Amino acid sequence: MGLGNFRAASALVAAAALTLTACSGGGDDGTDDTAGAGGGEAAGGSTGIVTANSSEPQGPLIPTNTNEVGGGRILDMVFAGLVYYAPDGSAHNEVAESIETEDNQTFTVTLEDGWTFSDGSPVTSSSFVDAWNQGALLSNAHLSSYFFEPIEGFSYDEDSELTGLEVVDEQTFTVTLKQPEADFPARLGYSAFFPLPEAAFEDPEAFGEHPIGNGPYQLEGEGAWEHNVGIDLVPNDEYQGERVAQNGGVSLLFYDNKDSAYNDLLAGELDIIDEIPDSAFGAFEEELGDRAVNQPAALFQSFTIPEYLDHFEGEEGTLRRQAISHAIDRAEITETLYQGTRTPAADFTSPVVDGWTDQVPGNEVLQYDPELAADLWAQADEIAPWEGTFTLYYNSDDPHQPWVDAVVNQLRNNLGIEAEGEAYPSLGELRTAVGGKDMDGAFRTGWQADYPLMGNFLGPLYGTGAGSNDGDYSNEEFDNRLAEAATAESVDDATASYIGAQEILMQDLPAIPLWYQNVVGGSAETVENVEFGWNSVPVYYAVTKQE
Amino acid sequence: MLWYTARRLLQMVPVFLGATFLIYFLVFALPGDPIAALGGDRGLPEAVEEQIRERYNLDEPFLVQYLLYLKGILTLDFGITFSGRDVVDVMREAFPVTIRLAIMALVFEAVFGIAAGLIAGLRTGGIFDGTVLVLSLLVIAVPTFVIGFVLQFFVGVEWELLPTTAGRDPTFRSLLMPAVVLGAVSLAYVLRLTRTSVAENKSADHVRTAYAKGLSRGRVINVHILRNSMIPVVTFLGADLGMLMGGAIVTEGIFNINGVGGTLFRAIGQGESATVVSLTTVLVLVYILANLLVDLLYAWLDPRIRYA
Repeated sequence: MGLGNFRAASALVAAAALTLTACSGGGDDGTDDTAGAGGGEAAGGSTGIVTANSSEPQGPLIPTNTNEVGGGRILDMVFAGLVYYAPDGSAHNEVAESIETEDNQTFTVTLEDGWTFSDGSPVTSSSFVDAWNQGALLSNAHLSSYFFEPIEGFSYDEDSELTGLEVVDEQTFTVTLKQPEADFPARLGYSAFFPLPEAAFEDPEAFGEHPIGNGPYQLEGEGAWEHNVGIDLVPNDEYQGERVAQNGGVSLLFYDNKDSAYNDLLAGELDIIDEIPDSAFGAFEEELGDRAVNQPAALFQSFTIPEYLDHFEGEEGTLRRQAISHAIDRAEITETLYQGTRTPAADFTSPVVDGWTDQVPGNEVLQYDPELAADLWAQADEIAPWEGTFTLYYNSDDPHQPWVDAVVNQLRNNLGIEAEGEAYPSLGELRTAVGGKDMDGAFRTGWQADYPLMGNFLGPLYGTGAGSNDGDYSNEEFDNRLAEAATAESVDDATASYIGAQEILMQDLPAIPLWYQNVVGGSAETVENVEFGWNSVPVYYAVTKQE
Repeated sequence: MLWYTARRLLQMVPVFLGATFLIYFLVFALPGDPIAALGGDRGLPEAVEEQIRERYNLDEPFLVQYLLYLKGILTLDFGITFSGRDVVDVMREAFPVTIRLAIMALVFEAVFGIAAGLIAGLRTGGIFDGTVLVLSLLVIAVPTFVIGFVLQFFVGVEWELLPTTAGRDPTFRSLLMPAVVLGAVSLAYVLRLTRTSVAENKSADHVRTAYAKGLSRGRVINVHILRNSMIPVVTFLGADLGMLMGGAIVTEGIFNINGVGGTLFRAIGQGESATVVSLTTVLVLVYILANLLVDLLYAWLDPRIRYA
């Protein structure tokens, strides 16, 4: 195989995307038309400054040290990586001219000519290699360091250089992984893989306050980031890619309170919001009309029943897990509790990723069927009688209690057992307890994808010994399917393997899928072309606003 | 008087030490591991967690952590937040806007509270008195966030009289509504205190004497009734300044103001001891100073009070 999978894959996806655009007609075509015009103010764009809600970044704006959405969305605007994700989740080359491989283990990256950072310094191979090495170094303790885990030389035990990275020349470098991973190139759009200019290494602290990137936007002068208040971004004239800003800039305002953001939108003081307060769930679609947004996002929610829990191992365990899954009426909860702002889960990933299907074999286990549930539970009781209480742990610093109450109620009614929800005061506490691997009940788990790939929802969560495998699930066959996907020759083959892997999960149910969280938001009449991407973030660069 | 003031100021040192120790201990004793939450639902690799814990001295026992913090304070280093910012910078951003908000609220509650209380107190049993009493009860009974959201919705969204939030640009105009909301509950108390006090004083012997001397009604009210009725009110207002600054969490949240309340709330949630202790300590100092001011005002209001 001469050409890289990735090229073939992205060609395929691009073709699909083209067809989609052709069908929808107009709308977001603006981006494509102006793509060739190059950086700066695009023809056909607007000059108004778009205001949108956000939250204070949790740390300095350093790509490898930012793992939350408040900082992430700013980085996505300020930086351009080797690839970027289109709103539909498809990956396209951005700074990379090509990413080629013959064995899915060694990748040769060639950069496109002419890219510079907004301070004028060129984007070279070293901009990537140095940035990744800094992010991966153990003693730097960057929050996203685990993204470099697959690269040769990565270590959690000691400071170690990424020996798998080699600069060939200014425009070329190679990446060698510890093992073949076919979807590696498609991950490179995540912010941890962004390049950094020289300035970032000279004074990291100042850089974190005022990052200098190569993306469609840059910070507007000193003090553009007013902590806990907002950040002002203006188009970056040096930008070379396709995500050309169609507006005069983006002002993100930080809110602690969704209600005030929503009121600001209604009062015309804010253009876009990507969060609707619970109190307005029932009314916002009516109030905003066709400016309301309510679509599934890359957010999967579940609760995990750890493998080490009594009565939940072996055949007995499988029966009980299936009984529990059948006993939950997901449609009713998402409708009554969330007014349709959650979508009942049909698999273990999310509808926004490529290859998603609601036809995963065995997913009828997610159907509400109280009689079957009681029956399965009784069968399990014949193996070993159930006693005690089924506990579902959650953290009370997020609004989980309502659904937990609903779920345990249904378990109580449909299985005839004692079930209760129990709260930890904070997420930190829940995580500490879960990490201790000594839970005496099930616990809530959620997963937000970093990149729109099925593998991101499966490997880290259910692979044997994987970082976020909180329930200690282990199934050799499942691991084999993941390995198969990692070395697949094509995206279709990989997808087939991932669906096969999910078929096993539907049988074993290491976690009980609940629902996909929707992105709920909307825009004011002041702006046009508002679209929300696969990651539930508005596609800021495409928004137009007249002054 | 000078000696009295100096002695009071010196008393702040042990209060400061006691307060920081106590608050530090309380934050330390809070359940949960702040670092474990940094990775969100997915958690962080253990090696990374350990590195971060070391950076914030979180791997040290309580006393060592506290002494390290104290040592920092002596060199005016208040530590850094989990997001890597100097706590001093955080305080520098949070305090000015909250101080403005608190003073606006204080002026609002003092002016309207005393005025309404005086009128109600002079005409006890009248229509004004009755209405004001019922209204003040209502304000005390209704939670602040209800008042806040209702005002925000009608004044901001529906009638568009004032900005709905004050986040970006905390001007006098945009702080007006939050200040009213923040001061509303205290206003009700100020009103009731003034009313009771005035009602008592208006039939006191010295007031009757003053009228008998032929003094004008305005002068009697100002000098003989109001001034004598002010001592409990001033005590309340002094204590209230501290309360307003620390207790603005709800109001600041509703109106999206980046002040002390919200910052403190977030910091407690994230278990950031350095931030919580530093902010609270400054609040304690404000409280002590406000009380000192109140004590000094007593002498002016009632010359019989003398400081030795």
